Amino acid sequence: MRFLLVEDNRELAEAVVARLSLDGHAVDHAATLGEARDWLSVAEYDLMLLDVMLPDGDGRHFLSESRMRQNVPVIVLTARAQVSDRVDTLDLGADDYLTKPFDFTELEARCRAVLRRRGGLARNDIPLGRAVFAPAAGTLTLDGEVHPLRNREIRLLEVFARNPEQIFSKSQLLDRLFSQAADVSENAIEVYVGRLRRRLSGAGVQIETVRGMGYRMTAE
Amino acid sequence: MIREVLSGLRRGSIGGRLTVLLATIAALLSLLSWGMVTSFAREAAGRTQDNVLAASATSIAEALRSEQGEIRLELPYSAFAMLGAIGEDRVFYRVATESETLTGYDDLVVPELPAAPGVVATDTLTYRGLTLRSATVTRRVLSGQTPVLVSVTVAQTRSGIDAITAGLSRTAALLSVAFFLLAVALGAFAAHSSLKPLNEIAQAVGRRGPADLRPVRRDAPRELEPLLTALNRLMERLGQSIRRSEEFIAEAAHRVRTPLATVRAQAEIALHSVEEESQKQTLRRVIRAVDESSRSAGQLLDHATVSFRADALSTQELDLAEIAGRVVMGLSPTAEMKDIELRLSAIPAPMRGDPLLLENALRNVLDNAVKYSPAESAIDVTLVEDGRNYRLSVCDEGRGFGNDTLAELTERFRRGSNVSNIIGSGLGLTIAEEALNAHGGRLELSPGKGGKGACVSLILSAP
Repeated sequence: MRFLLVEDNRELAEAVVARLSLDGHAVDHAATLGEARDWLSVAEYDLMLLDVMLPDGDGRHFLSESRMRQNVPVIVLTARAQVSDRVDTLDLGADDYLTKPFDFTELEARCRAVLRRRGGLARNDIPLGRAVFAPAAGTLTLDGEVHPLRNREIRLLEVFARNPEQIFSKSQLLDRLFSQAADVSENAIEVYVGRLRRRLSGAGVQIETVRGMGYRMTAE
Repeated sequence: MIREVLSGLRRGSIGGRLTVLLATIAALLSLLSWGMVTSFAREAAGRTQDNVLAASATSIAEALRSEQGEIRLELPYSAFAMLGAIGEDRVFYRVATESETLTGYDDLVVPELPAAPGVVATDTLTYRGLTLRSATVTRRVLSGQTPVLVSVTVAQTRSGIDAITAGLSRTAALLSVAFFLLAVALGAFAAHSSLKPLNEIAQAVGRRGPADLRPVRRDAPRELEPLLTALNRLMERLGQSIRRSEEFIAEAAHRVRTPLATVRAQAEIALHSVEEESQKQTLRRVIRAVDESSRSAGQLLDHATVSFRADALSTQELDLAEIAGRVVMGLSPTAEMKDIELRLSAIPAPMRGDPLLLENALRNVLDNAVKYSPAESAIDVTLVEDGRNYRLSVCDEGRGFGNDTLAELTERFRRGSNVSNIIGSGLGLTIAEEALNAHGGRLELSPGKGGKGACVSLILSAP
């Protein structure tokens, strides 16, 4: 997916860009509303992550303006956690709202929810052998049949699909998949891998166990 | 009433002071009028007696005749009849020449005779232990060939006059007391009604919630205008300082939370690049600590907001079902992360309330449910009408409440006894309960269907 991150704090912006890149997303960074306007005029984005307190203005006013220019879904990032602010922000046209500091698995879940509400994006679809995986919609299409996937299956499959042949340890997968707030054991990974294997049977790709190291996705 | 007035004085109440002042004035005026009426009555009665005595003496004097050189007198009946008009008093008289008493009481002697014949002299004298009022006239009558000065004195005791004066004085006293009481009542009324605008302003300000800092717009008497102006200026300054502190809090939150977000993001990145399990554990702990502090900060702010808004509850028409829909939609991505299905079934539920408070209450309850539910379970959010109430229930398939009671769980910062491994501040249910209490509603905890999981119900009265 292609993100536009509008955030004036350089350290946070760098961290977010790096973290989202890890998941295979492309991220452009604007430090001011002016820069954001420039980026929006030259590129198309799947999603905009917008901080509300920026040096050259209130991000919330920018919401309606950016809406006019390009119909980009917006998730507002804010330090204000109060309900009234949340309601204000959503009333002004944001698609969703996330309070700093945020959990990247939650950010992803919210992005996916927003994109699904907006009807999904076909250009993010990933071909997997004979099947097509649509992460935004959360479906796997095989032989013309559309199978809905559960959220954790989607996220696990996305990790493998975007990084074919790369080996992931259970512990790595655990950190990718689950919010740090969740209490999950490594056995859960085995369960989800098992489910994905069943779903992918006949697609021409497989999730292989690499003894002592983890899993990787390969062509059969 | 007297106690009221006295305590009013002690507190320095303007109304009390005004009432007492008016009552004192009324008491002085009452005393004065009583005294005036009494003395006037005494004087009028005295004058009446003097006139009657003078008329009596004159009519006796008129009856004096000189017959063949002798002074003769036939006492006219009317002279004493007219004296009988005044009570049961005793009457004394004496008709005498300068040398002898012609008739009557020898020893009834007036100290001074009138200056000229035909002039009446009145006097008060003591006679046989009685106080008498007397009238004396003189007349020249021929005795033989020489005119002799004959004096006629008529005297009467004063008991009738005193009785009349005392009666009038009593009546005057009664009237004065009545006048005093009436004046006190009117004074209290006047004090109350002149202080009414002040009380009205005080009530209008008192009824306001702490958040209501609009200027007081009221038709006030001229004297109160400086007070109102000062009050409104104070409100404006207070409003400004609240706005400034809100901006400050927002700015402070921004300054604190942005670096926290950076730390968290960096820790997550590091988590993906380090290999060693012990380092990973450390990073996970960092992330959990950040989450915990951020969540606590959020809930503390939420709690402050809820307490503040609950104190100053301002209601509007709303549909509880809409709020439920909004909250479920807001939390569904979070639920989705754990593949928890949120099932909403709601009837339209119009009511009056503070939508932000109710939304906050439900969000905290549902957030708890999501947190404590196992992955791939379901949470039912149902809104039904239950008698005169709406019942908005959140039922999960989680671990339930254990042995904790509602009172224990809604205690501030108190967390359930079986949640040690999940991040939380223990304020969620407190927030929900405060928001509900402000609406006259309550929170109800029960085990889920078949004893599995937990149900938290928000009970609010339907209109």
